[in-house]
Amino acid sequence: MLELNLQQSYPNQLNVNLRCEAGEVLALVGPSGAGKSSVLRCIAGLNSPQKGIIKCKDQTWFNSDSKINKTPQQRRVGMVFQNYALFPHLTVIDNIKLALDTHSSSLLKQAEQLLDQVNLSGLEQRYPHQLSGGQQQRVALARALARRPEVLLLDEPFSAVDKVTRRKLYMELNTLRRELDMPVILVTHDLDEAAMLADSLCVIHQGKTLQQGPPEQVLYQPDNIAIARQVDARNVFSGQLVKYDGALTLRWFDYYINVDKSMGFSDGQTVFWTLSPSKVLLHQRVRRSRGEYENPLVGTICEMIVLRGITTLLVRIENTQGTVLQMDLPEHVAMRNDLAIGEIISVSLLAAAIHLMEE
Amino acid sequence: MDWQAFEISMMLAVLTCVALLPLGLTIAYFLAKSRFVGRGVIEAIITLPLVLPPTVLGYFLLVGMDNHSALGGLFVTLTGHSLAFSFIGLWFASIIYSLPFAVQPMLRSLEEIAPEIREAAWCSGLSKWKTFFKIELPLAWPGIITAMVLSFSHTLGEFGVVLMIGGNIAGETRTLSIAIYDSVLAFDHQQAQTMSYVLLAIALITISIVYTFNRKQSRMVGI
Repeated sequence: MLELNLQQSYPNQLNVNLRCEAGEVLALVGPSGAGKSSVLRCIAGLNSPQKGIIKCKDQTWFNSDSKINKTPQQRRVGMVFQNYALFPHLTVIDNIKLALDTHSSSLLKQAEQLLDQVNLSGLEQRYPHQLSGGQQQRVALARALARRPEVLLLDEPFSAVDKVTRRKLYMELNTLRRELDMPVILVTHDLDEAAMLADSLCVIHQGKTLQQGPPEQVLYQPDNIAIARQVDARNVFSGQLVKYDGALTLRWFDYYINVDKSMGFSDGQTVFWTLSPSKVLLHQRVRRSRGEYENPLVGTICEMIVLRGITTLLVRIENTQGTVLQMDLPEHVAMRNDLAIGEIISVSLLAAAIHLMEE
Repeated sequence: MDWQAFEISMMLAVLTCVALLPLGLTIAYFLAKSRFVGRGVIEAIITLPLVLPPTVLGYFLLVGMDNHSALGGLFVTLTGHSLAFSFIGLWFASIIYSLPFAVQPMLRSLEEIAPEIREAAWCSGLSKWKTFFKIELPLAWPGIITAMVLSFSHTLGEFGVVLMIGGNIAGETRTLSIAIYDSVLAFDHQQAQTMSYVLLAIALITISIVYTFNRKQSRMVGI
């Protein structure tokens, strides 16, 4: 288990609290310059924060109060750098052998096993410049694992490869991670990548960790509007909570929207609310269903975008001063309902999926 | 052909390289790693022999090696001999004179190593010394070879500084380039021509080595 608390005001601001269990993949997400890589560098011992604690298993790697600051060599971290930082003058096998424990008697065998683990057998004698981006990433991963690290750190490991290779590497990492029993921290600015690969997400902005939790929770139930913006939450609106029929209801323009969880908010309070586009239900035009009674709204389709089987609709809702709601539908549903730009449709907002946030 | 002068020249060039390898590498490594106010001044001082007229450099070195100066006086106390007009004095002057030729290529090649490569080595468990010997040194190798070859050829061809510091003492400070000058003054053009061809051949061979080696190394690391 890795646990850390970092405080720094120079050269960049850091106020970071993180926890990552063994076998867990934690994605640090945030825009460029948010301090994600600085956090990794602090964990690896390449940077020292002004104040804080870094603990791994039962060892303290860094403690500003008791002046403990272990070197990268003493920390047993496996790090995959953004541009892989392979040793250009060494062959693939030598890159890995160098990171293996020098006292080990079966260096070559271990290195070959690692290469096999990352599907690179047969390329032992190649030099880094003779490899593709994806192959270089696999060598960097094998080298990082060679040290039997207690923490695996991946700094934007997919940013230097093309999209097709990236998808392949996602699959490989997903398979490989089941064999890993250490905390894995993945730095990325790609939210989809983070949601796909990680067990938990941690949003970091201007050096500060804002929220950590399972991807679904962070992406669709952000703690506040700032986090919602960071995770690019769609359908973020403001409204007012009012008592209606004895229950707290969200007043949005002239609509009264039922919400399942009022999350400790009180009557009269102005709040932000968000709803995942996949939780907006389309009312079937031919066969009506019970769901239509749940927060029904009517609007006009003003845009349709189809991407990999998902149709995203932008619907201008009636009586909302032109406010646009986004919804995702499987492509076949859009086709079956003959949806097209300009069509008027009615939709329901799932009360259970409406998430309220403070400003 | 003045074989004695040839021997002195070769010995001077080899010993200068031997001294400049650790000295130049230490200075280059220090400069490559550190960012401090005044770094430019230090670099300028090291590069100064490159732009100073050899006679000016030779004059200052001569003054510095005088028996009444700190360095010259210390040498006399230790050895009983004068530093100026001796082979050791000439060697010392050659080290200073060729220092920029050694430091600059080494510094450039060390600076070209991406910091992440070094950090990746540390994260792989390599100590700073091991990182230096297994990663930095092999990667900086073309720069080191260039530095040595340039220092060697430069020392071999130096004239002004040698004349100022060493004079023209046969078997002690008379190098090949001084011998060529002497031959020309004595209208012995045949001898001057032979020795000039020898220096030309050495210069050509050494520079060819640098280019061939650098190209081979670049191909190997894919630069």
